[in-house]
Amino acid sequence: MAASIAQICVKNIRSFPLRQIDLVYQQTSCVCAFFSTSSPLSQPKKLKHVINYQRTHAEVARALRKKQNFLHHEMVDKHRASPLQSGTEQVSEKTGEAAPRDYRFVMPEFLPNPDFRYRDKILEKMERQDMLRRRAVIDIPEFYVGSIMAVTVSDPHSPGKTNRFVGICIDRGGRGLQAYFVLRNVVDGLGVEVMYEMYNPTVHSIQVLKLEKRLDEQLYYLRNAPLEHSTFSFDMQPVTLPRDAPVPVNTTKVKLNPKPWEYRWERFNLKGIEPLELTPKMEKGIKAHAKPWEDYDLMLKYRQKVNEDEEKSIMTEVFQENTRIEGERKSSRAVLRRKK
Amino acid sequence: MALSMSSLSSQVAPIALRVATTCCCFSTSKTHYEIRNLARMRIVDNSAIGKAAAEIGKPPRVIHVYNKKNIGHLGDKVLVTVKGEMRRAYIVGLKQKQKANVPRMDTNNIVLVDDNGNPLGNRIHVPIPSCLRGKGGDLTKILSLATKFV
Repeated sequence: MAASIAQICVKNIRSFPLRQIDLVYQQTSCVCAFFSTSSPLSQPKKLKHVINYQRTHAEVARALRKKQNFLHHEMVDKHRASPLQSGTEQVSEKTGEAAPRDYRFVMPEFLPNPDFRYRDKILEKMERQDMLRRRAVIDIPEFYVGSIMAVTVSDPHSPGKTNRFVGICIDRGGRGLQAYFVLRNVVDGLGVEVMYEMYNPTVHSIQVLKLEKRLDEQLYYLRNAPLEHSTFSFDMQPVTLPRDAPVPVNTTKVKLNPKPWEYRWERFNLKGIEPLELTPKMEKGIKAHAKPWEDYDLMLKYRQKVNEDEEKSIMTEVFQENTRIEGERKSSRAVLRRKK
Repeated sequence: MALSMSSLSSQVAPIALRVATTCCCFSTSKTHYEIRNLARMRIVDNSAIGKAAAEIGKPPRVIHVYNKKNIGHLGDKVLVTVKGEMRRAYIVGLKQKQKANVPRMDTNNIVLVDDNGNPLGNRIHVPIPSCLRGKGGDLTKILSLATKFV
């Protein structure tokens, strides 16, 4: 008896398409079948419900079709549906549409670490899901280094329980849930910088007051520039860009204060500062620390970037999920408007 | 006046004169990012002694930090020398990298207090980190002087 069951199981495994999850499922059901010898089994019984994430749209539709002795989950859970939800059911748009090419600049935190030593695909996938779940709750807009932003965080000790800060984004980095950005402003003549984690649950809202880019990837040199370059009013009104307009690049050149500086800025090849007066010592330092061969190091460039196919698949996933969230938001807004 | 007189004579003289008259016209050490002994600070309240120290261009120096590690962080009490006097003060702003949502200032700021923990000045003219509001103790007296929180 047991031998025959085993044969059937093996046959089943062979006949099944080589999808990992299905295979695992079959194996577990096999094991269960061996132990349940008392039941008159002709075929291993499915004991556990395993979610197959790779099911196609058609397969899902087939599973949800009306059948005998089958109650649709919407009918069962009807009492749970909130009246706010009516009209919000969104038909998933599985168009297979790929993300636009510049999507990785819009949401660079979704890209994994290009260094293979720090890769963990399962962790990355789970973090991505968490990030998208967070993005469904708060609106994290598109922004770049050089944009002027306002962030509201919860602050248990302030009278209004929130704390708002406005400033220019001088840095952006981190991957996954640790993604962060740094805002800088001058308050009462003192330069203040605050680092915010984008997916920190204490963040209430992130608003872009002025969307623009600067010539450099990091603007830490504003610390050694006159204060007017990093002074922004806290009650600044948001500037709206026309739809589908390219992100403007602010090409202002900043004149740095005389030394001492925080870093040797002359060595950073900065584009957003006015040409410096170089002393012979500075020139010597630039020459000593320059790495001109890196422009021709193809391998280095390859290692510093995520594989293109992988990037495409990740960004497609993120893009589709984001469009779905956006669609849901729109429809819920429409419902609210109708209710009014 | 002494400077203008000497500048007539030669270019090198003014620096030499200032070095001779004041203790030192420029600092030979870098600003410490970590608040430990001899770190130079900035007094941000309007106490008379703080103003006088700023006028002669001699920043107060930390000579003791009242914790076990002897390294000061936001809200820690320190002992500083101001114009040759020992004064107690609280750290209310740091230049070093901070955690998320905690502001990092461009200068290392302190507010002077007397031995009972009462602030010497009656006004603070820079923003104070909002996270200090949860600390309690003598800091509440300082925070009541603050005009702005970030």
